[in-house]
Amino acid sequence: MSLEDLYKEVILDHYRAPRNKGRLDPHDVVLERNNPLCGDEIELFLRFDGDTVEGIAFEGKGCSISQASASMMTEKIQGLSAKESGALAESIKAMMAGEEEGDPDALGDLVALKGVVKYPVRIKCALLGWNTLLEGLEEGGKSHG
Amino acid sequence: MSLNADVIRKDFPIFETLAHGKRLVYLDSASTSQKPQQVINRMVRFYETENANVHRSLYELAEKAEAAYEGARSACAGFIRARSDRSIVFTRGTTESVNLVRFSWGRSHVNAGDEILITEMEHHSNLVPWQLLAQETGATLRHLPITDDGELRMDLLGDYVTDKTKIVAVTLMSNVLGTINPVREIADAVHAVGGRIVVDAAQAAPHMPVDVGELDTDFLAFSSHKMCGPTGAGVLYGREDLLEEMPPFHGGGEMIREVYDDYSTWNEIPHKFEAGTPNIAQAVGMGAAVEYLTDLTMEAVREHEKDIAAYAIDRLQAAGATVYGPADIHGRGAAVSFNLGAVHPHDMATIIDQEGVCIRAGHHCAQPLMRRLGVPATARASFYLYNTPEDVDALIDSLEVAKGWFA
Repeated sequence: MSLEDLYKEVILDHYRAPRNKGRLDPHDVVLERNNPLCGDEIELFLRFDGDTVEGIAFEGKGCSISQASASMMTEKIQGLSAKESGALAESIKAMMAGEEEGDPDALGDLVALKGVVKYPVRIKCALLGWNTLLEGLEEGGKSHG
Repeated sequence: MSLNADVIRKDFPIFETLAHGKRLVYLDSASTSQKPQQVINRMVRFYETENANVHRSLYELAEKAEAAYEGARSACAGFIRARSDRSIVFTRGTTESVNLVRFSWGRSHVNAGDEILITEMEHHSNLVPWQLLAQETGATLRHLPITDDGELRMDLLGDYVTDKTKIVAVTLMSNVLGTINPVREIADAVHAVGGRIVVDAAQAAPHMPVDVGELDTDFLAFSSHKMCGPTGAGVLYGREDLLEEMPPFHGGGEMIREVYDDYSTWNEIPHKFEAGTPNIAQAVGMGAAVEYLTDLTMEAVREHEKDIAAYAIDRLQAAGATVYGPADIHGRGAAVSFNLGAVHPHDMATIIDQEGVCIRAGHHCAQPLMRRLGVPATARASFYLYNTPEDVDALIDSLEVAKGWFA
């Protein structure tokens, strides 16, 4: 996928119209993380129903890749179990590290993030939301291993 | 004497390469400059015909190495109009130069209750060392504010330079805003209260004439790699009487006169501050860079950059960009920071890279300044002697592409 296609087909849609953007109240976990080197910021809200991520939302500012990736993440995670969420985050990280191909069936739209692998300096932008999610699951006492 | 950038470009072999198959438009010289063939050749010649250690060998080859190394020192002294080579300490670069002042002068002169003054526009390399010195000594770190246009609040200088001020650390030219600061006025103020001044000339030395006498500065730091020379070399200029009374920085070979079991005596300045085998070839390369710039004259370099920066600022503003820093080209250098509406600087840098245009995006190692400007990041195009109006046009065209994607 060319950079232009990546932006036009996936990133910009979520950047312009982010899903689940805003505070989530009440919430069980709220976590703020940033990429100090570039200033991207994410504040992630999680609400659990038993072991299910029943609610997820984010606030943030930064480049389109960081914000679009977080938006896509919230869409995908909502309703998954903590364990499934953690596994998905780990598999996205492995894909971005070039360790996994990425299963299109499991990832759906998220497979587009693979396009970012070609731009190594932007990988940390794409992963900001996912790393925050992993920490949030941990903080919520949800085992995701 | 005016400068012909189209001719100068031919000295820089990197411009024969392509970026994504397109003409390389290098607009990140404030980060590091490209290197002319003359500098590259000089370093090759050193390794091929003059390489030996300096200051300690008694054969002809070592004398050649010594002559090349000390010749570079003289060239650097001349470049900033220092009166003596003894004032020129070779370091790894500006950061090490500033840290040398922090450790050697700072620890022996700054005490609890004293004040260290920096400004809101300092690069981390002229900020973090002073934070650390303040923490080590119990001194207070103060920040001279800037205006919204990115100029120092000189009207407040009297409130910030007090009888407690031991040292002021200020940049001569901002790496983000381009601002050229009235360093002489600050030097006079701090000298009047018995303090010292260290000037960060990392951005100024490559781009404008610098005269340490006119600035009346006590210390001045700059780096080779931003001024056509190799990485790994830089200079700390220090007033001779100050360097004489300062304790050493690093301990080791070369910086000593006599070593006994429990104590040592120190070599003469500047060698007292050059422990270990220095970056000899890099210093020689820096000397060649100084000669390259001196042949063109720094006055001509500065005039060229005024023209190119003025053109860039005009075109950026016409394209809808917000440009930071002073509007008057006479008060600023050719590092031009800007933002372009909805296009985040990181997206911009990635997108226009596809068009062969290299810019910097981020906080430019000046996070407190970014907070002061109220922006998380900016894009920065910085121009040098090899940049042409064609480069500015390519930047603007590439920004139109980026805008198109986000439209």
